[in-house]
Amino acid sequence: MNERPLRIFIVDDEAPARLRLKALAADIAQTLPNVLAGEAANGREAIERLQSAPADVVLIDIRMPQMDGIELARHLARLSPAPAIVFVTAYDQYAVSAFEVNAADYLLKPVRAARLEAALRKAATAPPPTEDALLRLSGAGRRHLASFERGRLLLVPVADILYLKAELKYVTARTCEREFLVEDPLTRLEEEFAGQFIRIHRNCLVARGAIMGFERADDAGAESHWRLLLRGFDGKLAVSRRQWPAVKGAIQEAAREPRRAS
Amino acid sequence: MGASIRQNPPVPDFRSPGTLARAVLATNVVALLAAAARAPAWDMLPGAFVELAALVEPALALALATLFLLQPWLRRLGWAALAAAVAGIAALGAWTLGVTLEPGQRALLLPSGVGAAAAWSAGAAALVLHYLYLRAKSLSPALAEARLAALTARIRPHFFFNSLNGVLGILREDPRRAETALEELAELFRAVMGDGRELATLGEEIALCRKYLDLERLRLGERLRVEWRLDDCPEDAAVPPLMLQPLLENAVYHGIEPSAEPALVTIAVRRQQDGVVIELVNPFHGSNSHHSGNRMALANVRERLALFFDLEARLDTETSEGEYRVRIRIPYRRLKR
Repeated sequence: MNERPLRIFIVDDEAPARLRLKALAADIAQTLPNVLAGEAANGREAIERLQSAPADVVLIDIRMPQMDGIELARHLARLSPAPAIVFVTAYDQYAVSAFEVNAADYLLKPVRAARLEAALRKAATAPPPTEDALLRLSGAGRRHLASFERGRLLLVPVADILYLKAELKYVTARTCEREFLVEDPLTRLEEEFAGQFIRIHRNCLVARGAIMGFERADDAGAESHWRLLLRGFDGKLAVSRRQWPAVKGAIQEAAREPRRAS
Repeated sequence: MGASIRQNPPVPDFRSPGTLARAVLATNVVALLAAAARAPAWDMLPGAFVELAALVEPALALALATLFLLQPWLRRLGWAALAAAVAGIAALGAWTLGVTLEPGQRALLLPSGVGAAAAWSAGAAALVLHYLYLRAKSLSPALAEARLAALTARIRPHFFFNSLNGVLGILREDPRRAETALEELAELFRAVMGDGRELATLGEEIALCRKYLDLERLRLGERLRVEWRLDDCPEDAAVPPLMLQPLLENAVYHGIEPSAEPALVTIAVRRQQDGVVIELVNPFHGSNSHHSGNRMALANVRERLALFFDLEARLDTETSEGEYRVRIRIPYRRLKR
């Protein structure tokens, strides 16, 4: 074990659950020196605070509003150094078997002191779960994309993204306000968000809900093609001839059944 | 003690829509069979049935009206006496109708005479009653009890373990609040492990729901908002125990827990004619992976409502504009304590 005490960070949307973990961590401080690096009631807060007050181990509740524990773990895995993760969950048979398959450590609520100590010891030495293992755990797409800017991790809500465009090395995510650089390759994003985004070009995915209309472009000399107009965005995006039938089909389908608020 | 499913008379209640519907259906099946036996060819069957129905329906209506009126007296009879009485009433119905026909019509429609028509009618009534007897037997108290026992509402492990964790969390800081929470948890378990076959009053069920919501507030704090609309609530209405609590648990699990902002659950109870309508509304968050738990709780409540109230209770659900709505309608039956 290291000389300095283990820095623990707690994320749970329920205040009593955080209290419980804090009390237990204090109880085992005799045998496993530890300090509380901080706590948060949701994933956003956690990412914000962990960047100014780093921790060695993050205890994460699985079921939280807006961003579940698994998505949070996926974002935290990109911090360097990435903290070790221990999931905390109430009874959920499915989750438990998934954790065992993917070698992620977990604690069952109500948490016991001895079990917490064992999990912390293990987490302090074991490598954090890989991105792929976490992807298999969640089974659902993320609700945010991670973007690094000047060394800080920012979260971009997927619901705010108008389009994703691959450029040279990075993918840019465009919202109404501005652009963000994200690290995920476009093909992976296309797979993860197939229901929300549609490919309109070799290098571009567009949010289905943002499509407002389309127009024919007749550039002098070039072959004519179609361009998409997006809600809340002035520019126009070219649709490749190859993708046009699929895009047209999606637009027609959206017109037939008015979209529910997304 | 109040009414329970064990004390329900096994003889049919001729004032319940369920029995009336089944009697009409069964009589018409018998009439259809008789028409099939009479008709010389298959394509004559519809005509033969219509001809027979013109005679059968008025007699049936007359007999059912009589049974409806005599119900308070009939319910005291055993099955054998009841069979005799019902057959007699049916025969009387047919005979009354027969003698009111003009002689010419009578000869045409009832070629074998009024007596034969009355006998046929008594036979059909006996058959229908036998069907109701077999049905009552298949739903006999022992069987219904076993089904109810198996259906007894369950508390989600998710809720149980999270609540225990919450109590442990505040135990050192606020022992009194922890104490109350454990008492509430005990009350809930008493209800869950209690006798699922005894009816409860709506007032008792609401009191239990308040304890449950108080426990959830321990964990969820300000996020859980509840509005009760009980101005027109008949507290003495008989309900299956744990009719509301599992639905509230669904509302909290699907409507409150996934929301970071405070969210509202509304429970409204009102009288409507001779029934009680209970409506539960909670916010609905489009994508939810735990639908199966919700459907299980709904199916459970729906089946228990059917065992207690037969066709007179309904449970509907509706999703619209970010809201999920469950509406229960039950007949208003007072339960004296």
